[in-house]
Amino acid sequence: MPQPDLLVVQNLSIAFGGLKAVDDMSLTIRRGSVAGLIGPNGAGKSTLFNLIAGYYQPDSGRVMLDGEDITGQPPHLLFGKGLLRTFQIAREFSTLTARENLMMVPAGQSGETWLGALLRPGRVRREERALREKADDILDFLQITSIADLPAGSLSGGQKKLLELGRTMMADPKIIFLDEVGAGVNRTLLYTIADAIRRLNRERGYTFCLVEHDMQFIAELCDEVTCMAQGRLLSRGTAESILSDEAVIEAYLGRGRAAKGTGLAGTRVETMP
Amino acid sequence: MSDVLNGLLHLTSMLVIPGLAYGSQLALGALGVTLIFGVLRFSSFAHAEGLSLGTALTILFTIWLQGHGVSLGVLPTALLGMLLAMPVMALIFIATDRALYRHFRRINARAEVFMIVSAGVMLMMNGVIRLMIGADGRDFEDGARFIVSARGFRDWSGLAEPLVIKTSQMLTIAVAVLATAGLFWFLGRTQAGRSMRAYADNRNLALLSGVDPDRIVRLTWVLVAVLSVLAGVLFGLDKGYRPFVYQQLLLPMFAAAVVGGLGSPIGAIVGSMIVAFSELALTFAWKKALAYFLPAAMAPESMMQLLSTEYKFAVSFLILVVVLLVRPAGLYGKVSR
Repeated sequence: MPQPDLLVVQNLSIAFGGLKAVDDMSLTIRRGSVAGLIGPNGAGKSTLFNLIAGYYQPDSGRVMLDGEDITGQPPHLLFGKGLLRTFQIAREFSTLTARENLMMVPAGQSGETWLGALLRPGRVRREERALREKADDILDFLQITSIADLPAGSLSGGQKKLLELGRTMMADPKIIFLDEVGAGVNRTLLYTIADAIRRLNRERGYTFCLVEHDMQFIAELCDEVTCMAQGRLLSRGTAESILSDEAVIEAYLGRGRAAKGTGLAGTRVETMP
Repeated sequence: MSDVLNGLLHLTSMLVIPGLAYGSQLALGALGVTLIFGVLRFSSFAHAEGLSLGTALTILFTIWLQGHGVSLGVLPTALLGMLLAMPVMALIFIATDRALYRHFRRINARAEVFMIVSAGVMLMMNGVIRLMIGADGRDFEDGARFIVSARGFRDWSGLAEPLVIKTSQMLTIAVAVLATAGLFWFLGRTQAGRSMRAYADNRNLALLSGVDPDRIVRLTWVLVAVLSVLAGVLFGLDKGYRPFVYQQLLLPMFAAAVVGGLGSPIGAIVGSMIVAFSELALTFAWKKALAYFLPAAMAPESMMQLLSTEYKFAVSFLILVVVLLVRPAGLYGKVSR
């Protein structure tokens, strides 16, 4: 029986010089949920993110994935364990086609060894075909089949983000961290991305954690939202309750605005359809 | 009419086929240069010496095979010998990498440092070759020398000019086409090849995607070993093995890789053909060909040779300089960020 808590962060801390970037932060993400992580600039979201994803070693505290202690493990190991992330600025293999970008994941099958390729060509061909079919399925799911054979370097910023989401899908992930997936993406593509996240969550049971500035995006997608400020947990609850939480509004907009009853959800002019 | 035909035959035998053969040999070498540059990110000054060492090993294996009475009939025995030399060369390259390059990769040394290290490797390999096989030239081609010989063709066609195709030339072109096709299939259609391209494209992302960097490095050296042995042996079958001449191949190979754009396999091939044909055409004595094509009154007196053959390396050098001035990224190269 799998535990309901997929990712558990306990009392994580890290200091850079004298600055406590993340200070005794705890966080729990339930299996099959879409969690949101928000906070004003400098709140420590990205640092927490990088701690979980293995880019920094925490000074104290630990991270558990599916009951296993993964504290401080390097990114490529976490990749194999199903903890995947995308980047604020999408990264891609620019000279490989979109489909080939997807087919780069997961590496390490028998087609990988050249001796194996020589000795068992049939099996390698089958795996190659399966990999290609999987990549095509994902391109289809994300509705970007038309760009399959274009070099990834020629895609738009938003298409690259979709492609990056596709890369995480290739790895059969347990949990996907999306780092400001909305940043620098036009609205139309943002809806496509939001739609893909929702469908992946509902239809395929993917767990997500979104680090995001776009409140509308958070409100639209997240089951539970955690707000950080100054490296610490500020507040936690449903998207609705957090976005009208006075402490949260204060942290974002400064003292005084909260009293006027301006909810955070209203800070964006555009709204989701 | 028969003048034109004779002229064409003359050009084909003396310029087109030798050019294609030389271009193919350069291409196999330049592909190695470009692979090392693309994946390992440095220019290997030891590359020509790699061709030389691979050929020297092949000659030794070939002599050993011939001693045991092995022969391929009309084809040169060296074709078998080089199959034995390839794994040995792969091991030598991988061992060199372990002993030298790996250290500099770990400390993230600049490309210039790698270049200097490779110059050291070049000197060492040079010494090893002298110890192994000496500094003298050797011809190691056996089997039939010609596919189409001058005499046979003249008897058959009744024309004044013969068509001459050496076995080694046809073999070179055929093997080069097969090897290149194999390389492109590998890079484009297999997971290992894709991993190599991915690693060359974005090293950090490749590491994040679970690509094992040590395997990519090994794989690269294996490919470079195969290409080097092929290039060296085919060149040697065609023109004989002379360690000193092999050293001088470094310049045209680099010129070819740079013309095409370092890191681009297609570029390496196109660049090789450009370098090979420029070299041959500029040092070619056009007198005979022009005599066939022009009216008798205009037939040239002189050799009609633009450059004497001693200057053929100046051609590569000139091409290199012009490309670096006009289009440093090469024909197919990515503009570096």
